[in-house]
Amino acid sequence: MLSEIAFYGAIETGLIYGLVAFGIFLSFRVLNFPDLTVDGSFPLGAAVAAVLIMEGWDPWIATGCAVLAGMAAGAVTAILNVKLNILNLLASILTMTALYSVNLRIMGRPNIALLGEETVLTPWYSLDLAYHQVPVLLFIIVIFVSLILLWRFMKSETGLAMRATGANPRMARAQGIATGAMIILGVAISNGLVGLAGALFAQSQGAADVTMGVGVIVIGLASLIGGEAVVTPATVLRALIGCVVGAIIYRLAIGFALNADILGLKAQDLNLITAVLVTLAIVLPGVRNTVTHKLTRKKA
Amino acid sequence: MISATDLRLTFGQGTPLENPALQGMSLTVNQGEFVTVIGSNGAGKSTFLNALAGEVIVDSGTIIVDNVNVTRLPTHRRAKRVARVFQDPLAGTCEGLSIEENLSLAIKRGQRRGLGSAVKKQYMEQFRDSLSSLNLGLENRLGDKMGLLSGGQRQAVSLLMASLTPSSILLLDEHTAALDPKTATFVLELTTKIIEEQKLTTLMVTHSMKQALEVGSRTVMLHQGQVVFDIHGKDREGLEVKDLLELFEQQRGLSVDDDSLLLG
Repeated sequence: MLSEIAFYGAIETGLIYGLVAFGIFLSFRVLNFPDLTVDGSFPLGAAVAAVLIMEGWDPWIATGCAVLAGMAAGAVTAILNVKLNILNLLASILTMTALYSVNLRIMGRPNIALLGEETVLTPWYSLDLAYHQVPVLLFIIVIFVSLILLWRFMKSETGLAMRATGANPRMARAQGIATGAMIILGVAISNGLVGLAGALFAQSQGAADVTMGVGVIVIGLASLIGGEAVVTPATVLRALIGCVVGAIIYRLAIGFALNADILGLKAQDLNLITAVLVTLAIVLPGVRNTVTHKLTRKKA
Repeated sequence: MISATDLRLTFGQGTPLENPALQGMSLTVNQGEFVTVIGSNGAGKSTFLNALAGEVIVDSGTIIVDNVNVTRLPTHRRAKRVARVFQDPLAGTCEGLSIEENLSLAIKRGQRRGLGSAVKKQYMEQFRDSLSSLNLGLENRLGDKMGLLSGGQRQAVSLLMASLTPSSILLLDEHTAALDPKTATFVLELTTKIIEEQKLTTLMVTHSMKQALEVGSRTVMLHQGQVVFDIHGKDREGLEVKDLLELFEQQRGLSVDDDSLLLG
């Protein structure tokens, strides 16, 4: 079983990955743009926030700058695709690769410890809450605000234009929508959310590390797909709620798996388990359909 | 009004697959005119419409819509003036969005889109009114996903979306070709009704010579990227498919070998 601290820890990380899942929902689902930039924009957000906090900046302003940095990274990917006609997947891999160097440059070293620094969490520790509950409370507020803003945006004229761009670009153009601009804006917002997640992760874990982005895309996808299985994404609101639910379920499942001694899994197996889980989540519905199809055919 | 002058466009220039699609196409369509466009496969009908819409940019020539030179403008910057219905019933609408969301997209065609709510209460009456004119009962299904509708219903809604906001020209690209005969007749009747009511300047590409003569006020035939004949007024009255074929042979000294033109 999970200890109380491990449980809150899973919820805390789950909420952060909920933000990543929002970003991935925006790129993969809304824009139909498979964007791997997130593996670079997550540590980018962490690096920018950590460096600025070390410089003595207000942690919220530092976090805001991390969002802007993430947006810039996303915009680069989208511009490579829209203006230079590079395949979207490849464009995002190029940006992701470049970001590894950029992140090292920003931090000046492979990692920065934030222990004892003032972070967005510091003022909240004066509340009458257990130490491990504080980040959960703050991140619930952050994710709630992000969810509402994103939901309203998706319902706005621009948001609807963005959804049309991903679903049917030819129709979108015929309706006067500048699809290229929509892709740039959407991928930028997506990576801005991931930058925010990276900044919050660094502050709650007490460190930023240049390798912390490895596998973020797969974890985000796992959250997205898992959420879609639990909360059918019939509306935008349900899809967004599904992202958060999926991310939390994913972290809890990982927590249980790593704590169950029988399985003999260790923390370093995390990315392997995730990749297997995502593969199963993608393949299983198809297998189920074939099986049902075969069974019904036999009957007939 | 549309004025296309000496349009030239070659796909895959300098490659073994080089394909001259438009070879000096010129056509002027007056305000309120309803022109039907025919021609065999590869005659340049779709390319011509795509060039007018902005989906392809011509190599040379000029396109003027309502005194504005749009030759070099991308699709989305022409959308204010150009409304369009595609051949594929799935292409004109977004299946993942609801009927009201699709209509809300169309009502802002060519206008700035802001951060205000996209689906506004004040639109609803207009949406219900225009949907009820289709007699498909869609006025009570505004919240339904577009993907739940049949091809014919979706094409009818596409047509409605194209006429929701005023535009200078309406482009119809074989928009009844993918429908069953009964639905095709319904959509074609709806088309002529909307065009007459709103006095739209229209260019309708069709595969069927019969259809081309039945509707509209003028018929243009394309061949090898050029206009081969252009009939309207008295010359067009009482004309039948076999007359068109004769006309074509006279003009070109060629015989039509495309069965689809005869059978359509």
